[in-house]
Amino acid sequence: MENEVVLSVSGLSVSFRMYTKGLERRELKVISNLNINVRKGEILAVAGSSGSGKSLLAHAILGILPKNAVVEGDIRYLGEPLTKKRVAKLRGGEIALVPQSVEYLDPLMKVGRQVSPDESAVEKVFARYKLDKSVGKLFPFQLSGGMMRRVLCATAVISGAKLIIADEPTPGMSKELADRAMKHFRDLANEGAAVILITHDIDLALGYTDRIAVFYAGTTVETALASDFDSEDKLRHPYTKALWRAIPKNGFRPTEGTQPYAGSLPDGCLFAPRCELKGEKCACGAIEPRNIRGGEVCCHYAA
Amino acid sequence: MLLEAKNIRFGYNKSKLVLDGVSLSVDAGERVALVGPSGCGKSTLSQILAGYMKPDSGAVLFDGKPLPKRGYCPVQLIYQHPEKAINPRWKLRDTLTEAWNPNAEFLDEMGIAPEWLDRYPTELSGGELQRFCVARALGPQTRFVIADEMSTMLDVITQAQIWELTLKTAERRNLGILAVTHSLELAERICNRVALFGDLR
Repeated sequence: MENEVVLSVSGLSVSFRMYTKGLERRELKVISNLNINVRKGEILAVAGSSGSGKSLLAHAILGILPKNAVVEGDIRYLGEPLTKKRVAKLRGGEIALVPQSVEYLDPLMKVGRQVSPDESAVEKVFARYKLDKSVGKLFPFQLSGGMMRRVLCATAVISGAKLIIADEPTPGMSKELADRAMKHFRDLANEGAAVILITHDIDLALGYTDRIAVFYAGTTVETALASDFDSEDKLRHPYTKALWRAIPKNGFRPTEGTQPYAGSLPDGCLFAPRCELKGEKCACGAIEPRNIRGGEVCCHYAA
Repeated sequence: MLLEAKNIRFGYNKSKLVLDGVSLSVDAGERVALVGPSGCGKSTLSQILAGYMKPDSGAVLFDGKPLPKRGYCPVQLIYQHPEKAINPRWKLRDTLTEAWNPNAEFLDEMGIAPEWLDRYPTELSGGELQRFCVARALGPQTRFVIADEMSTMLDVITQAQIWELTLKTAERRNLGILAVTHSLELAERICNRVALFGDLR
């Protein structure tokens, strides 16, 4: 039996209203037609290019986008729409965020107090992340990058959340610590939480996650099973294959070009300008997801 | 031409030294990976090597002499977090040209789109910002580049692209590179020598 869906996002789009000249306004679409869902006890990794809207997705779910953002589409938490009011009650408790930037720490406050005022609870959660309890008495600038990351993880898991959104929790950690942090997320999932893990480190994520959603230029191009990353042939979308080839142990071969910038997106498939499979069909209209071999892919030519 | 750290000692407070007699040298054209556990002092050593901080004792020597006190520093550091290394109130054109004036061809090679130059840092992604940091550090007077986890925040394709660009420039101009990283797989791809932090005493 499949576990209940904790969070589902469908047809999400996010745009920013910007002033160009004087009172002229335009809308810059940064996320379009994005679909993901995550179940109880599952870790869904969200991977993809830098600037593909991964962090924005996290912020859209939590309702903490800046004021000039316009969100459309359907976000549901435990089957019910996640309204602004509802999410304001849940975040920090049932829904927790591990933020991406270490700048989210207050530079003028000792880190222990930032995790929780309860010192014994802090000590316990620090021990889980191999942080000495003396670290709680230090200010952020006295910590290394990897230590700050671990402090950020601690702030999120101390609340006993049902949905954890971890935005790049591991960069700057050594292999051993990163494995430990991932194992910890796996434990939280096994205890019943749903985890969305936003990451660049696909290689690391593979060992711990169930499924991987691949983002490109603000949309989901593929949702694959973690085991599909064993070989290039099992993957479906050309962009996912390009990612696979760029992983250091798989050849470290970059694909030319850059992701299109929001505001100058091509019509149709967003990856088409860099794609080796592209055909005439790719230039017209949005591409609906198709089910292929247990995964979902948005590509006319994927097989 | 050699960049040397000789017997460096440094601590953020008096009771605890982060670096206790660390020595390391990088030759021109050499690519060295510096690997070690989180919090062991890799970034601190990087900042000392690039002249951002003074060691409590010991010396950093560039071509046998101390680093120049004024003017362009031949040792350039690229940070782990680009958003911390760029003035948030400056357009990126100003950030880039503060260091040197790269031509359009170089920017194209670095994968920097001309329209990004007129944006503010908050309007670009981490990967896009990091390209500016790399381009800024590769001025004509640069002899050594210290890359402190410069690609950890980037997706794998951008990581491979940025390293390809950096290595290409380094090879053409015989630059020395010290790459701080946690990933042994990445280190094997980009470097010709691996230095374990624990062995530097």
